[in-house]
Amino acid sequence: MSLLIKKGRLIDPATNYDAVVDILVDGEMIKKIAPKINRSGHELIDAANKVVVPGLIDMHTHLRQPGREDEETIQSGTRAAAKGGFTTICCMPNTDPPIDDPSLVEFIYREAERRGSVEVLPIATISKDRAGKDLSPMGRLKKAGVVAFSDDGDWVADSHLMRRALEYVKMLNLPLISHCEDRGLSQDGVMNEGYTSTILGLQGMPKEAEEVALFRDLALCKMTESPLHLAHLSTAESVELIRKAKVSGVRVTTEVTPHHFTLTDREVKSFDTNTKVNPPLRGSEDLEALKEGLKDATIDVIATDHAPHLVEEKEKEYNAAPFGIVGLETALGLVIKELVQTGALTLMEAIAKLTINPARILRINRGLVKEGAKANLTIFDLEKKWLVTEEEFFSKSKNSPFLGWELPGKVEWTIVGGKVVYQDD
Amino acid sequence: MGFKRKDLLGMEDLSKEEILFILKTAESFRAVLERPIRKVPTLRGKTVVNLFFEPSTRTRMSFELAEKRLNADVLNFSTSDSSVIKGETLLDTARNILAMKVDCLVLRHPSPGAPHLLAKKIPVSVINAGDGAHEHPTQALLDLYTIREKKGGVEGLKIAIIGDIAHSRVARSNIWALQKLGAEVRVCAPPTLIPPLVEKMGVRVFYSQEDALKEVDIIMMLRIQKERQNTGLLPSLAEYIELFSLTEERLSLAKPDALIMHPGPVNRGVELPAKLADGKRSLILNQVTNGVAVRMAVLYLLLGKS
Amino acid sequence: MAKLMGKDEMRRALLRLSHQILEKNREIEDLVVIGIHRRGVTLAERISKMMEEIKGKKLPTGTLDITLYRDDLTRIAYQPMVRNTNILFPIDEKKVVLVDDVLYTGRTVRAAIDALLDFGRPKKIELVVLIDRGHRQLPIRADYVGKNIPTSPEEMVEVRVEELDGTDEVLILKRI
Repeated sequence: MSLLIKKGRLIDPATNYDAVVDILVDGEMIKKIAPKINRSGHELIDAANKVVVPGLIDMHTHLRQPGREDEETIQSGTRAAAKGGFTTICCMPNTDPPIDDPSLVEFIYREAERRGSVEVLPIATISKDRAGKDLSPMGRLKKAGVVAFSDDGDWVADSHLMRRALEYVKMLNLPLISHCEDRGLSQDGVMNEGYTSTILGLQGMPKEAEEVALFRDLALCKMTESPLHLAHLSTAESVELIRKAKVSGVRVTTEVTPHHFTLTDREVKSFDTNTKVNPPLRGSEDLEALKEGLKDATIDVIATDHAPHLVEEKEKEYNAAPFGIVGLETALGLVIKELVQTGALTLMEAIAKLTINPARILRINRGLVKEGAKANLTIFDLEKKWLVTEEEFFSKSKNSPFLGWELPGKVEWTIVGGKVVYQDD
Repeated sequence: MGFKRKDLLGMEDLSKEEILFILKTAESFRAVLERPIRKVPTLRGKTVVNLFFEPSTRTRMSFELAEKRLNADVLNFSTSDSSVIKGETLLDTARNILAMKVDCLVLRHPSPGAPHLLAKKIPVSVINAGDGAHEHPTQALLDLYTIREKKGGVEGLKIAIIGDIAHSRVARSNIWALQKLGAEVRVCAPPTLIPPLVEKMGVRVFYSQEDALKEVDIIMMLRIQKERQNTGLLPSLAEYIELFSLTEERLSLAKPDALIMHPGPVNRGVELPAKLADGKRSLILNQVTNGVAVRMAVLYLLLGKS
Repeated sequence: MAKLMGKDEMRRALLRLSHQILEKNREIEDLVVIGIHRRGVTLAERISKMMEEIKGKKLPTGTLDITLYRDDLTRIAYQPMVRNTNILFPIDEKKVVLVDDVLYTGRTVRAAIDALLDFGRPKKIELVVLIDRGHRQLPIRADYVGKNIPTSPEEMVEVRVEELDGTDEVLILKRI
């Protein structure tokens, strides 16, 4: 079966390509890219006035399976991903049980194969049982197919263990992903520490909880010369520390979430628990610094930290509600609205952070559009506005602070391996 | 003007006019408390539920008395006998109570924003009787009432709030309320008990009680939780007492007619000695009496309409 | 709109009421006057003054707000301002002269009686009104009436007094 995508504006950051072309997909692969391809005999997608990009990659998703299938499953999470334009997502291992064993990795691949709409690449834990004490069987986990290691949700507080983990992954050539948070400083905090936490009487998490942890991780990264990726940066000082580290040659990569470059801790004044995320929403100066970090490539990747929770769990007092919000279905819209339309990034730069950059960090052959590559493609309307509503979410969970927002960048088609997995109606 | 709100959640979002209106209304209720029959039929047929998720004797008693003196039916519900421990959420609990047809919830809860959540989700009036370290609006109102009664007004007064500012809802509500009425507010505590950027609320921060007390008209002492010494916030209670307890000597630094307030219950010998707590410059019992009148006014303004 | 009473007529009516009260209450030792907010307060003050001029003795005079005793608080959108009740004398075993401007349904007077009884146990309560316009909904009548005016329920009777409204007059208005 062949599929012809006509007259789309192809943006491929891997080659810095931006032109209107036809793309012929044959089976799972991209067969031909040319200014004009004869339409006869192919199924047709009219992509005129639409943007065609490499299928988006989210290297930070919580799919909740196994353990919390009421919140999300591989099936529902990948449908949400497809709707958001993601063709590849990496699922974090803080499941129940945590992904620290090859059998669980196999389970995820099998489940994704059977019920998933998009590609799922598992991330395994750094430590056994995510307990921060002993290393997980990283070599066997790599054989089972994991693309990275992370104790996400918890920082590996034991510096010795982190050092050994970094040393060990050198052999595997897979990155470690660190959730930088010194619990000694963040304590029982539920939001950013600052003026807003003061007036609300909520326990704050100081920025330094992230920065202290991040500084140690940078030191160990430099020491071991191992690939380290720092998840969801949230503070201006973090950006500055990374900038300096990168200049001095440290092999570190970083990501930011759409909510951290869109919202500030002022939003918490509503006591809406959909503003409760970890790391917490910070100040406007941090938000600006994150945008600058994106611009000057201090920040490599935009990742969602899609964290589904049920309404019942979120409809609680602020202290009692869990951290996290869903993000797969709003990420592209927020990137366009907050970064591209404001001029913070060009569309090319923004798409790079959602495609080729995460692909390179994860060492996967994705995130680019070329003849002979796997046909993972996302086609969206740059201008078309759409309303974020609970009813339209494919995710099982509806915990988004962006409900009621109007966003640009409507995804029209999502194609994984030549197959349309999502089509806007 | 009328009082158009459904709920009383905090002092931060009340206007000066609204505050003065509540205080003016409270005067009438204060007079009722002086009559031989200290009860009016105003809220006959209305039901008020006091929903307390934290131990509190005096605030609950004050609300209960206010409700009874307005002839409302009163239901008390506190953590020990609630089903919250069985995993029912706050909202479930509130909805269950509502199904029994009640008109108002008075909520005390350890989590900031808990009353705001209820106010948003349920159709009856919600009164915040203290939400974590966030706000305690009726306490601020009764404090304002007491200050106005004794000083004739609030405008231009210098007021020092001394104690655990970081964890105090009384401090936050009073900082907003006193400044709206034109007072100059100072806060004083060891730096570990001062919340970050509190000066952005408009107050001056002092670490020395001697400096904070200079020329003040009102000294508000806050209750210190003894547990604070176990969490790295204070070396010991003894040291706190030495540095921050109000003594007669320190009191002499304030204006000669300075008055002492405390939201209660007083840790005698900790925040202030018994001699000062019971002395003629103490307004502590006036605060308690006025608390009933102020809460009657709030209940009337929220419930005395369709 | 029609004017039922002007300044002079009002003064004469109040004077006549004062004489009638004193005629019936020859002993004024235990007589007190209480006006119902708002116009009743003004009228009570004037009647008290007139009686003082006649008898040469000042009578204890107070004000009563009946808001907290209203029976319609659940029916109105915004509650009225609670005004001061100012009765600085005991009313136990006293003869209370209760003054209001207009007697209509009788509900205000019912509330006022309830309120007074919470202050003590008067020997007797007598009711004085400037205007009785009929249409009672409760078994209540006035002991002294300035003027009886037959009205229809669509009409409103408005008593204006100089202290509050700048002029003394009684008007009958159509409800709009």
